[in-house]
Amino acid sequence: MIPARTATATKVIRTVVTTALAILVIVVLWEGYKWMGQQTGGNWPGTGIELPVSTDDIIMPHAADIAAELVSDIRDGRSTLPLSVFLLKKAWFTLQEAAIGFFLGSAIGIGLAVLMLRWRVAERGLLPWINVSQTVPLIALAPIIVTWGRNQGMPDIVSISLISTYLTFFPVAVSALRGLQSPDSAHVELMRSYAAPWRTTLFKLRLPAARPYLFPAFKIAATLSVVGAIVGEISIGTKTGLGRAILEFALRYAVWPERLYASVIGAAALGLFVFGMISMAERLVLRRTDEVVA
Amino acid sequence: MSSGGEVPAVVVDGVGMVFNEGTGGEVAALDGIDLTIRAGEFVTLIGPSGCGKSTLLRLIGDLLTPTAGGVSVFDKSAHESRTGQDYGMVFQHAGLFDWRKVKANIELPLELRDWSKTDRNARSAEMLDLVKLDEFGDHYPRQLSGGMQQRVSIARALSFEPRLLLMDEPFGALDEMTREHMQGELLRIWGETGTTVVFVTHSISEAAFLSNRVIVLSPRPGRVHSIIDVDLGERTPDTREDPDFFAAATTIREALRSVGGAE
Ligand SMILES: Nc1ncnc2c1ncn2[C@@H]1O[C@H](COP(=O)(O)OP(=O)(O)O)[C@@H](O)[C@H]1O
Ligand SMILES: [Mg+2]
Repeated sequence: MIPARTATATKVIRTVVTTALAILVIVVLWEGYKWMGQQTGGNWPGTGIELPVSTDDIIMPHAADIAAELVSDIRDGRSTLPLSVFLLKKAWFTLQEAAIGFFLGSAIGIGLAVLMLRWRVAERGLLPWINVSQTVPLIALAPIIVTWGRNQGMPDIVSISLISTYLTFFPVAVSALRGLQSPDSAHVELMRSYAAPWRTTLFKLRLPAARPYLFPAFKIAATLSVVGAIVGEISIGTKTGLGRAILEFALRYAVWPERLYASVIGAAALGLFVFGMISMAERLVLRRTDEVVA
Repeated sequence: MSSGGEVPAVVVDGVGMVFNEGTGGEVAALDGIDLTIRAGEFVTLIGPSGCGKSTLLRLIGDLLTPTAGGVSVFDKSAHESRTGQDYGMVFQHAGLFDWRKVKANIELPLELRDWSKTDRNARSAEMLDLVKLDEFGDHYPRQLSGGMQQRVSIARALSFEPRLLLMDEPFGALDEMTREHMQGELLRIWGETGTTVVFVTHSISEAAFLSNRVIVLSPRPGRVHSIIDVDLGERTPDTREDPDFFAAATTIREALRSVGGAE
């Protein structure tokens, strides 16, 4: 067997290499498409059919220009700092909202799943509403939550976190229910033969068995929590956060598209970061049973 | 019937079981089952597939409630016995919790009985010794072979010294060699613990080798066809070549033929 530490190092190296490769591929495709469009005057090669996305420098700035934008200075209040650092500061704020949304949403999701598990009536009554909830457009919902929150005298950060919660509880609820129902009947009967009360079966059997179902949902929820926080910031009009930055740069997109792209990259990086955090947690929690196959 | 006024382990009294009663898809699984199992006895249920062996076992274990008749276990209702935690159960698939170490799997029923950590540790060590898996307490189930997992499952069922051990084709998924080995181990453990065992199998040689009595069930609906006493004394590996063993197997085989079951 490979010693654990070497295995971890290998994994880290592999992740770094694949990430770098993925970025490279995206850049090559981006620039390749742009180059092709400029050769053909915006058409598919050899045809008069227009490309779906225009390749001019406003719609698709050069990757190098976007990268350069990330290190160029921007004013933040009284100080001046590189855009990447600026975005990092904003992301820190957004991350906090997203984290509250993630944990609250996960708790609500698991709670709902347990309710649905306990009472089949609840499953029949709740599940359709849980599904319907996700068809309400966030853009419509956000102002409602914000206005309601302000009327309750809640700080805006709470409202934003609630919007994020609204997105995160859903995948967790659905997967948790599946996970809680995943033990096979032999396991359930075993607990019954021990006369284990429902709660004990939940904690000793169903919740541990649900973990492999929960982590993929947590990953989706974590990414969604960032989306929710950003959309929340935009619709609430906060003074800070990534969403605010994106909104400002979007307004000046026509003259400065590189900035908007740079901030979008910042948002994507934040999404990847929370995804990575959950993956690490998953490895820590599930490793015990995974790595031991002799 | 019990001898000397001692309390029988299991009394099945006129038990019938109809699944989905009152709907279109009724299945009469068992009908008019009468059965008495003495304390300390090793009894095997055998019969063609689908004749209701598992159903009968689950009725005794109060995992199902009969639609007719009743089951009592050590003079209590099956329900009282289950809630009183008198049962150890072993199924065809070991059914270990793969997120728990072997030791923790064995200790699961003890945890549910609120044993202290020290007591649990001591008992799981004893049980690991009993099933000869001393070195594997800190392994996870997936690291063990099927036979070893099944031994853990037996250790788990015996850890709290249940008065009644219910086993549903526990060795069904094992290869022949492992199976014979496990049968020997089970008899040794049974001898050491003196527990009562109700064992379901569809293997004639397994029934003959293990049991004091073999109950042959006939199918659709399941009824007791015959009860065969097997008296082979102390079992050893040589028992399998004993003429008495073959004679017992032949008796069981003929009974099974007449109810339409093959080995
Ligand atoms: N939960 C159930 N619902 C409906 N029918 C069942 C159920 N469990 C068992 N049966 C039926 O009862 C009969 C006996 O089943 P079972 O006890 O599993 O047989 P065996 O263990 O002898 O193979 C079969 O016809 C089976 O289809
Ligand atoms: Mg069966």
